Amino acid sequence: MAISSNGHAASEASGTVAIRTEGLAKAFGATAALAGVDLAVEAGELVALLGPSGSGKTTLLRVVAGLEQPTGGRIFFGGEDATFVPVQARRVGFVFQSYALFKHMTVAENIAYGLRVRPRRARPPRDAIRRRVGELLDLVQLAGLERRFPSQLSGGQRQRVALARALAVEPKVLLLDEPFGALDAQVRRDLRRWLRELHDRTGHTTLFVTHDQDEALELADRVAIMHRGRIEQVGTPDEIYDHPATAFVAGFVGDAVRLPAAAEAAGLRVGAHMIPSPVVAANGTRRDDGPAVLFVRPHDLVPVADHVHGIAVEIAAVRRAGSGHRAEVMLGHGLPPVDVVLPAGRTARRGDRIRVAFANLRVFPA
Amino acid sequence: MIPRMASVPVQAASGPMTGGPTLTSVPPIRLRRRSALPGFGPTLGFTVLYLSLVVLVPLAVLVLRASGLGLAGVWAVAMSPRVLAALQVSFGLSLAAATVNALLGPVVAWGLTRYHFPGRRLLDAIVDLPFALPTAVAGIALAAVWAPNGWIGGLLAPWGVQVAYTPLGIFVALVFIGLPFVVRTVQPVLADLDREIEEASATLGASRRQTVWRVVAPTVLPAVLTGFALAFGRAVGEYGSVIFIAGNMPFRSEIAPLLIVVRLEEFDYAGATAIATVMLGISFLMLLAVNLLQAWSRRRLGHV
Ligand SMILES: Nc1ncnc2c1ncn2[C@@H]1O[C@H](COP(=O)(O)OP(=O)(O)OP(=O)(O)O)[C@@H](O)[C@H]1O
Ligand SMILES: [Mg+2]
Repeated sequence: MAISSNGHAASEASGTVAIRTEGLAKAFGATAALAGVDLAVEAGELVALLGPSGSGKTTLLRVVAGLEQPTGGRIFFGGEDATFVPVQARRVGFVFQSYALFKHMTVAENIAYGLRVRPRRARPPRDAIRRRVGELLDLVQLAGLERRFPSQLSGGQRQRVALARALAVEPKVLLLDEPFGALDAQVRRDLRRWLRELHDRTGHTTLFVTHDQDEALELADRVAIMHRGRIEQVGTPDEIYDHPATAFVAGFVGDAVRLPAAAEAAGLRVGAHMIPSPVVAANGTRRDDGPAVLFVRPHDLVPVADHVHGIAVEIAAVRRAGSGHRAEVMLGHGLPPVDVVLPAGRTARRGDRIRVAFANLRVFPA
Repeated sequence: MIPRMASVPVQAASGPMTGGPTLTSVPPIRLRRRSALPGFGPTLGFTVLYLSLVVLVPLAVLVLRASGLGLAGVWAVAMSPRVLAALQVSFGLSLAAATVNALLGPVVAWGLTRYHFPGRRLLDAIVDLPFALPTAVAGIALAAVWAPNGWIGGLLAPWGVQVAYTPLGIFVALVFIGLPFVVRTVQPVLADLDREIEEASATLGASRRQTVWRVVAPTVLPAVLTGFALAFGRAVGEYGSVIFIAGNMPFRSEIAPLLIVVRLEEFDYAGATAIATVMLGISFLMLLAVNLLQAWSRRRLGHV
């Protein structure tokens, strides 16, 4: 059974596409860092590249920026083929994970750099550069720090200088590689919100890399899930979360537990239990018969009140989770435990037997 | 907003004082001594003692000896035409050679760090040769190569350019022995240079040349200055490799260290020490200047 990857790609050609890649490939010796990437980012969109370590996120970003030559495929910027356009001419704003600020220049000099290196004809006059630097400092909320050197700034401040420096050249697209990777959780959350606001205000087409799924799902208009140099699925955070297109996405997004299963005529067999066909069909994930995998997230399995429906399971452990409790239950011998969120105000003890039903079934052929 | 840099020394200064009232029974000195870096006391003691024995005492003796002549005496020796000429040759050519090395050394270092080509390791090892070779060996080899009948000298002779046995020969020898100092100080800095800094410059629209001049050069400048100072110091003191190629003509191609030897051979100890003292003074001033320059460029880099 073939599972089509990124089924959305075709329909996106309608809006004004700012970045489009076609079968983009990049090999480093024997490793294929990119193995045919098709991605379209619409103008003004904020798209997150999400994937496990080594899946090719940074490589994709660098190839789009022109810092790396692809070994196959093409890149289009607003309809124009940019595959062989040198970095300098691509007009991309790139923010590195390490910020890559110029240590010997002040904050203001860093920000002005992109304007100062322009050929004389294209270079704005001194006053205009100074004004633009001032505007950008206000935009990234660093006014008053223009004379500092990067070594005199905090991580979050450096991050914003790097962003201001990238924005100074009025880039066609903004590329951010793990923009908040090196910051602590609190600063991350603040900057995340701030970046979203900034994006809404300035409307730059933005492609950013992260391996933090909360960040991707919260911040992005659309999320592209990368795996082994390919894009597994592109979609809105809701689509990605609620309708994973592949087994990989289902396992990667959310706290999913992977359970081996078997699709049979009567239904889906999981461990000792059989989920009847009508239930499976109601969830819209009926697959051909054969070995399958089932992904279960905490909210997928809900306790049922009556003694007729659902599956009888025994509680292996109960944990406090935020405002309520979570019970760990076993669906079969030798299977990993699955979390069930207990209704508010209700708790249970180890060894209790409850009945649970699937609110969601995510089944993929094995 | 409080400037972060300013707050650091303030805290450091107020530390022992604020700790004072609560710790009256404990001598505060002991607390302050307990630094995160162990062995401060013994190491400092050793450093001072060692430097005194090895460096300061000989220099002091030198100055003491020269003081027998009196300031006027030293001045008279220094101003004698032959000494003046020798000092000019030594310092002038050393400065020129160190400058050339400071310009070309980084290029060599760049080639060795940035590109991977067959024979790179061999070339890399060859850089150390002027450093490792006994100076007399280097001197004989240089003289043989640059002599009018030598490999390179022979090529230049038809054009009327003579290198060996002229000040130009001294210059060539000093460039030769100074090169490793610049290359070896610049190389690690270039190797550590973050590639992303250059890539950031490129994405901002800077050409390769702009990136090298505006981003790479300022970053390696302190290392280049260090290399320059080392090469210069070595060149001023160089004796063995120079005298074979110099020709050693008084007033023309006689270096100051050689003149000191000449004076010693004439049993003119006072004259020798006077020249030595003058060299010491000039070297000291030049090193001071280089250090100030370095401090300035470091500060610009923000590693305060
Ligand atoms: N310059 C390079 N030389 C050789 N292999 C490379 C190079 N850059 C990346 N790779 C390989 O390409 C693959 C993808 O790397 P990439 O840096 O794009 O991953 P990533 O998704 O950004 O991972 P992470 O989340 O850890 O940053 C990896 O297997 C990596 O080892
Ligand atoms: Mg990466």
